[in-house]
Amino acid sequence: MALLEVNDVHTYYGNIHALKGISLTVEEGEVVCLIGGNGAGKTTTLRTICGLLRPRQGSVLFRGHDIIDFPPHTLISKGIAMVPEGRGVFAKLTVTENLELGAYYRQDKEGIKKDMENVFSLFPRLRERQKQLAGTMSGGEQQMLAMGRALMAQPRLLLLDEPSMGLAPVLVEAIFDIIQTINKDGVTILLVEQNAHMALQVGHRGYVLQTGEIVLSDTAKALQQNATVQKAYLGIE
Amino acid sequence: MRSRYFDNISWVSLILGILRIVILVLIVVGAYNTLSSGKYSAEAWVGLIASGLAQGSIYALIALGYTLVYGILLMINFAHGEIFMAGAMTASFLANSFARSGFLNQSPVLAIFILLCFAGLVSASIAILLERIAYRPLRGSPRLVPLITAIGASFFLQYTFRGLYGSGFQSYPGTVDALKGNLTIGSLQTPITLTQVFVFFCAFALMMALYWLVERTKIGMAMRAVSENKEVAALMGINIDRIIVITFALGGFLAGAAGVINGIYRPQGVFFRMGFFPGVKAFTAAVLGGIGSVPGAMLGGLFLGLVESLGPNLVLEGLGIPGANQLKDAIAFTMLVLVLIFRPQGILGERLAEKKA
Ligand SMILES: Nc1ncnc2c1ncn2[C@@H]1O[C@H](COP(=O)(O)OP(=O)(O)OP(=O)(O)O)[C@@H](O)[C@H]1O
Ligand SMILES: [Mg+2]
Repeated sequence: MALLEVNDVHTYYGNIHALKGISLTVEEGEVVCLIGGNGAGKTTTLRTICGLLRPRQGSVLFRGHDIIDFPPHTLISKGIAMVPEGRGVFAKLTVTENLELGAYYRQDKEGIKKDMENVFSLFPRLRERQKQLAGTMSGGEQQMLAMGRALMAQPRLLLLDEPSMGLAPVLVEAIFDIIQTINKDGVTILLVEQNAHMALQVGHRGYVLQTGEIVLSDTAKALQQNATVQKAYLGIE
Repeated sequence: MRSRYFDNISWVSLILGILRIVILVLIVVGAYNTLSSGKYSAEAWVGLIASGLAQGSIYALIALGYTLVYGILLMINFAHGEIFMAGAMTASFLANSFARSGFLNQSPVLAIFILLCFAGLVSASIAILLERIAYRPLRGSPRLVPLITAIGASFFLQYTFRGLYGSGFQSYPGTVDALKGNLTIGSLQTPITLTQVFVFFCAFALMMALYWLVERTKIGMAMRAVSENKEVAALMGINIDRIIVITFALGGFLAGAAGVINGIYRPQGVFFRMGFFPGVKAFTAAVLGGIGSVPGAMLGGLFLGLVESLGPNLVLEGLGIPGANQLKDAIAFTMLVLVLIFRPQGILGERLAEKKA
């Protein structure tokens, strides 16, 4: 049984047919990339998975259970955490408070403390900035905070929406390193990226999304070699 | 050639600038005239300040309800004055029976505590029902819709309570024995009444409790998160509906408690329309402090109370305006208009209506 199984999902914004029958699976332990250009429907796919949008048709199975009827706030305790597009840190809250919110559903004070330590050792920058308001941090620091916050939920499945967006190349490398570390620690990852080059380096498998439809799916290695992908997403002629 | 600076100044800002200066000059001249005439003693001023702070802290308690709800839903709950009325009226019966049985004078602390909680719970329940029945179905509709609904709900509540308790005036029992007289420091008698001291500290304690709740507890943190970004807050596992209910309940509780404090401060005038003026004034206070800001509502309330209390004697009389004391209410509304013109974001807050829902 796959950890996540999306079957023939159709999602609309009013009359706009944004997802036209998406199917994908994510196995336990994998890093799966979802690549595609602007407006392809990547964010819509993630928002549908985590309950912010309700598909008109199709099913989303998480560990075998259909979750489309679950309101979004119930999914994090089931094991799905998301780092939204644009990071979505709470600007007026401190770094510590943002991290505590990631663990909002949890009651185990000791475990939360331990996980906060883990997040701080993964992102030492956050430890120095504990009392700082999240809104006053740099884009890269906010991305680290958003990822740290998601980890505080002890997710089984982490949905990342363009974690490299707007970051300097050095930071992009660092973020992808951390994605691999997180994955090695046992978190399954569904990674949405426009930076197909980096995404396919850390991913095991990938799906290519185009105007609401999956047009290609293969192992990351194969996709890197694929002529269409090279041309459209890797900038190789 | 006209200078470039001149081109950049629009007529509107020119007129506003002049208006600003005129208002400032009027205030300064009025205050100067009054103070130099020596008509009022220092004692009288202290008395005015005390009554301003007492009244202002009642405004502040009500204003918190407006600001909390606005912070989370970006809507102005114009029925909030009626929530205040509901608690004040309902608790007046309990207060009178406490007074008749002697309980109020025997153990005033406990009696008042029970009254505050009772009125708070009554108002909180009404606020919760209001949210559930009137506002929740309209969530996501254009902002004018809940606003109009709120005005309708306000009339509905007024006439429901008129139906329940009649259209006559009720009153709270007269001053509790323990609060009779004035504050004395050493052997010096001040013009500050003990009731005023009670009102101020009672309101202060409630406000501190709220501040602690919002800033230091998990629920408060969730409230702040929801007020910033509902979607991401939901992703964190926060049940948005639950937080909205809690917000209405908190605002309602404070309004109900304010109803009892108000009844102890001014026992008369408890009737089904009593919520209107305090409601509108507390709204003014919330806008003054910056709607959506908790400390802003507290400061705005105190400030409005002070201005209302000092303004007529200090400024208006100095300008030779007759019957200045009857213009109290006009002061509040003038301030509302002036704040909306000159500083829509209030003392501490964000600009009204600019934030998107
Ligand atoms: N709130 C919305 N209302 C209407 N249409 C929307 C809304 N959000 C997205 N869309 C449309 O749905 C389609 C998919 O958008 P989506 O945000 O999923 O794209 P994306 O792949 O994440 O793009 P990007 O890389 O630019 O983030 C687009 O055509 C977009 O215009
Ligand atoms: Mg997107």
